[in-house]
Amino acid sequence: MSRDSIALNRFGYGLRCRETMSGAPVRSAEAALVAEMDRFDPRPPAIAAREDTSARAGEILELIRRNRNMRGRAERSAPATMGPQGRTAAMAGDAMGGPLAELPPDIRRAYLDGGRILRRDIALKVNLAARSDTPFIERLVHFWSNHFSVSAGKPGTQHQVGNHEFSAIRPRVLGRFSNLLKAAVLHPAMLLYLDQFQSAGPNSRFQRRVERTGPERGLNENLAREVLELHTLGVGGGYGQADVTEFARALTGWTISGLGRIERFAERRAGGASFVRFAHEPGTLRIMGQSYAQAGPDQALAVLDDLAAHPATARHVATKLARHFAGDDPPESLVARLERDFLGTGGDLASLARTLIASPEVWVTERVKYRAPFEWLISVLRLTGLEGLDDKRIAGALRELGQLPWRAPSPAGYDDLAGSWAGPDALVRRVELAERVARSVPAGDVLARAHSAFPGALSANTRVWLSRAESGTQALGLLLVAPEMMRR
Amino acid sequence: MGDTIANPINRRSMLAGSLVLGSATLALPRMVFARTAGSRNLLFMLLRGAADGLAMLAPVGDPGFAALRERTLPDYTAARRAQGFFAIHPALDQVGAAYERGEAVFVHAAATAYRERSHFDGQNLLETGGTQPYGLKDGWLNRLVTLAGEAHGAPPRALAIAPTMPLALRGSAPASSYAPSALPQASGDFMDRVARLYAGDGQLCALWAQAMETRAMAEGSDAGNLRDAKTAGELAASLMREEEGARIAMIGLGGWDSHANQPVQFARSARQLDALLGAYRAAMGSAWDRTLVLVATEFGRTARFNGTNGTDHGTAGAAIAMGGAVAGRRVIADWPGLGERVLHEGRDLAATTALESMLAGAAAEHFALDPKTAMARLFPGRIAAPLAGIVRG
Repeated sequence: MSRDSIALNRFGYGLRCRETMSGAPVRSAEAALVAEMDRFDPRPPAIAAREDTSARAGEILELIRRNRNMRGRAERSAPATMGPQGRTAAMAGDAMGGPLAELPPDIRRAYLDGGRILRRDIALKVNLAARSDTPFIERLVHFWSNHFSVSAGKPGTQHQVGNHEFSAIRPRVLGRFSNLLKAAVLHPAMLLYLDQFQSAGPNSRFQRRVERTGPERGLNENLAREVLELHTLGVGGGYGQADVTEFARALTGWTISGLGRIERFAERRAGGASFVRFAHEPGTLRIMGQSYAQAGPDQALAVLDDLAAHPATARHVATKLARHFAGDDPPESLVARLERDFLGTGGDLASLARTLIASPEVWVTERVKYRAPFEWLISVLRLTGLEGLDDKRIAGALRELGQLPWRAPSPAGYDDLAGSWAGPDALVRRVELAERVARSVPAGDVLARAHSAFPGALSANTRVWLSRAESGTQALGLLLVAPEMMRR
Repeated sequence: MGDTIANPINRRSMLAGSLVLGSATLALPRMVFARTAGSRNLLFMLLRGAADGLAMLAPVGDPGFAALRERTLPDYTAARRAQGFFAIHPALDQVGAAYERGEAVFVHAAATAYRERSHFDGQNLLETGGTQPYGLKDGWLNRLVTLAGEAHGAPPRALAIAPTMPLALRGSAPASSYAPSALPQASGDFMDRVARLYAGDGQLCALWAQAMETRAMAEGSDAGNLRDAKTAGELAASLMREEEGARIAMIGLGGWDSHANQPVQFARSARQLDALLGAYRAAMGSAWDRTLVLVATEFGRTARFNGTNGTDHGTAGAAIAMGGAVAGRRVIADWPGLGERVLHEGRDLAATTALESMLAGAAAEHFALDPKTAMARLFPGRIAAPLAGIVRG
């Protein structure tokens, strides 16, 4: 690939319809990428205008809890008549697993509403990227959103996952990693997703009280473990089970707002989370050889700051970033350079982005990355200018392609390896979608468009088959699945 | 690029029809048109990719045909004959039946003014109606709307059954576009081309081969496409048969560029065309009597088969006029023959009839326009006499 084509496709999300290389001001590919960093709008109008429904997450959880309590009482008073059906509905309320029709109407409504909000945010994310004139930074937003992956599988999360990306991550992708880490981890979406919202310190006043009055609830290590393993140090980053447990204790008290019984004790925090002091584990904690004597919410913040600055974190982040831009097995020289940069600047993500742009390993001419489905669809929308798809259709396409946002199979996010995406069935789905998309948009001058989209990088083979297509529509369909579109 | 979609009926429902994964049914949009005089219908079908006229209407009576295409002769042994000399491809069963009822005319050895061999340029010329590709910006079908409006007081309602406005209907006269949820697709051909596109790419080639192997075991896409073709034909009829419906409509159908394995590919595409036209005719009901369907393609294909059992881009081909208004059961052709010396550039069926003269002549008769004016306005610069007598007076 030429440098222009690399800037467009490996760093960005591909050429936008009606955008031509010749129309852009003459400057180097690197300078154009650096300029994106200044131009990036962390809060574009589409996000500013978005209706914020995050408060509904807590409301839904309350609704489910009340419903479960009611059922519990009903079953206790009339177990014979309720039978298994009552139990099924109660379980469905818990895990969203049961048929929607069996749910009480208010809960069913809440779920349907959550689905609508989720689709709206998926479409918003897609449309922002498809129309963006700072696609390199959009890519960084999506990279970090996947690094701090949250899923919309649990009740209430549908109202929070969009916020997580738009409010916690997006404004911080060119800031300090420690700030991004704290905002992403201590966001209601993450607190819900990784069960932190119901974790309580074993020696907290809250825990002592519930032990007397109701079912036992205590420490949940889920978030602490994933922060260490996925968000900061990485597997083999030098932490042990004791560190996980201690960190989990430090995190206690961090929860979401709007949970009925504890709401009056909740201290609102920036970003939508709450801190409930009487659920926090008291005392000094030791994590990774460091002592943390801070009281209340500052304890977890101090731990996160130290984790952000840890050399293992620098290595972990550098490796993932290098893999995203320089291939599944990135050159060690690039990883080392990014790692040095991260440590030297105290995790300055803007500096990391500039180092990336300046690294020769990212400008190798062969196509080193197989495009993941989300990225491929964004490139398709940009190249064809297809607009006006409704939310359901966008979400449906991404589901069919296998990469629905906020539905990654694990807290590790979606894989960034070709092996996960380059499958025969997945390829057929792209080809079928490409044929449909091509029929929905004007298909004039496809060969010229191909040259603009891959300046100096269109293979003779692709050129031949585009020119032999029986119609502009067919040529466009072929372009959308050409090797140039599949790998960057 | 930069094309605008003129007056879409409902952009959302239009797109809804296009990016559907899996199948979905779609309610028809409410089409409210002003009532105007005139109840003649014209459906223009553009076969994109250069349909092979020699396969569509095989000149089996010409000894040259057997010499050039002996291997395809068995396809035509039981086929319907047209004027003894020609055989109608068996996949065009309902078109053939219409021919025998006197509702279809074939025009053969016809071509536009275009003599090069690019699909894009050829389709551009056939749709704009110019004498040079890209010489005109609007389409001949759109100018027909204007012309008929001038003659009868109000322009006939025009509609493209397509997600985007095809060039033939673009221009100053009002036209709408509407896409059904499923237009028949040239999926088989598209898939073949993807295979060729990936031939030099180790990773994609291997993935594709695996995928096609799996697919071959599953149900073929042909049945779905035939169903879609039938649905599209019924949809076109439902949008045209009522008094307040569209009078002029256009559908483009791909899948005709048969460079390899032509017998299979041509039959596949012809079955789709036949299913669409058959369903359209049936669904038009009594409005069929006032209906003219014109089927044309950008150019023909080579008279000989190539090394991959296919044909390459050629010159003259065949066209069809069909409908209750057609004075049918005829083949209009000044047959040039298939001898070595009479083939155009030694390889293609030579053009002896201007395709534009068929389109202009039939449209003029159908809408009671002056044929010479129609020829001059629809196909400016094309010096040919409009064909007469395709539509019953």
